[in-house]
Amino acid sequence: MNIPEDLLYSKEHEWVRIDGSKAQVGITDYAQHSLGDIVFVELPEVDSEVEAMSEAGIVESVKAVSPIYSPVSGKIIAVNEKLESTPELLNKTPYEEWIFEVEITNTEEQKDLLDGAAYKKFCELQK
Amino acid sequence: MSELKRTPLYEKHIKYNGRIIDFGGWELPVQYEGILKEHEQVRSSAGLFDVSHMGEILVQGKGAFDFVQNLITNDLNRIGDKQVIYSPICYPDGGCVDDLIVYRYSQDHFFIVVNAANTDKDFAWFKEHAPKDLLVENLSSQYAQLAVQGPKAQEILQTLTDFDLNGIAFFHFEPEVLIAGKKCIVSRTGYTGEDGFELYADPKDAGDLWESLLNAGGSSIAPIGLGARDTLRFEAKLPLYGHEISAEISPVEAGLGFFVRPEIDADFLGKDVLKRQKENGADRDLCEFIMIDRGIPRAGYEVFAEGEKIGFITTGMFAPTLQKNIGLALIQKKYAKSGQPIEISIRNKLIKAEVGKGLFYSKKTKRN
Repeated sequence: MNIPEDLLYSKEHEWVRIDGSKAQVGITDYAQHSLGDIVFVELPEVDSEVEAMSEAGIVESVKAVSPIYSPVSGKIIAVNEKLESTPELLNKTPYEEWIFEVEITNTEEQKDLLDGAAYKKFCELQK
Repeated sequence: MSELKRTPLYEKHIKYNGRIIDFGGWELPVQYEGILKEHEQVRSSAGLFDVSHMGEILVQGKGAFDFVQNLITNDLNRIGDKQVIYSPICYPDGGCVDDLIVYRYSQDHFFIVVNAANTDKDFAWFKEHAPKDLLVENLSSQYAQLAVQGPKAQEILQTLTDFDLNGIAFFHFEPEVLIAGKKCIVSRTGYTGEDGFELYADPKDAGDLWESLLNAGGSSIAPIGLGARDTLRFEAKLPLYGHEISAEISPVEAGLGFFVRPEIDADFLGKDVLKRQKENGADRDLCEFIMIDRGIPRAGYEVFAEGEKIGFITTGMFAPTLQKNIGLALIQKKYAKSGQPIEISIRNKLIKAEVGKGLFYSKKTKRN
């Protein structure tokens, strides 16, 4: 299982790439693997507000519907629209495909997220 | 929680990296390499399924024909010896107890294959209606069942037997065929919309049969999990108990009127209600639909037209071969016509869809 060390992680299996006041959010390798083939992505609306660990989008595999949570609070400033036509990219290259980008309003929340080593341990406990 | 059951092929599922889930009390693989890949494998080449969880019930003795005919809605006279017939079995109110396939050995000997989750219920139903001197036996634990499905199924299976498989036509069977040296019942049946065979064997032979089939097919065959079994059956518009039919949905409502034959003399269970539904039409109809706007329809989602709730989805999904988001919905009859605009409630939003016809995969089974 691939867990890059330069990212932060939520316990709902999202990854966060923080760059100043902006955060890109995607789903982890663990998440895409347990979901199986992803066939649909519902993106949040640009300019909408999200709260930390509230639902911001949806991914659907062949069998199941799963929410995507935003690990940080803020305003949605961009969405990865190509996922609407090619959702399978989330299976192929989960860390290259961010799903949405958030303008962070509360930097304190990042303390609640896991680093790579902690997330790896968390995943191992899920088995 | 009761203990999960395992089929005789459980070790093979582990060996081939199957992802095991609790499937109605059975530990079975939902997938091996991925549902979409496995789906395509069966449509384009061949796939191997463990369906040993299915139930098998033996009915034998004088009066077996009349007994079976009084339970099933189809006309048992439509088949002869060594033939198979599909049929719903119904409650007196027309709701379905189950759907099943009946193997006819002779007038006095039938082998009936039922849905795994319904095996105990069906067996009890059979016993309740059986004359005392008729043998009705639940043989489910005495049979492993493997399905080989896909355009290359026959070619692969033929390499393992001297029996000419051309001698088994669609929905026919052969009671004793040696496959890789193991005695099997072999029928040209399946649940994928492709040509293929189902094999019933002694559980102790299941592992060897599994390996022999995979070796014989090489790269042309792969193990297929229950995830793809569902996408394959759905895309070919084959009904699933608990979805398209149930105790609350009659076979006529589900569009299976072809398998309901009230014109025969036998007074099978549910005949009166089903006869009326066939003659006058039922209030609800199962119809095909396709999404117009973005969204995946799923079982249980509500269906609307002209601002009113008109029914619900029985099965819906992204159909892998057709690359379309389609579904089956049980809706009020007046809306069940091709071109009718409908809306599907997906996460509390109404998403546009349209009733259609011929939206599903054309079956490639070898009908005569």
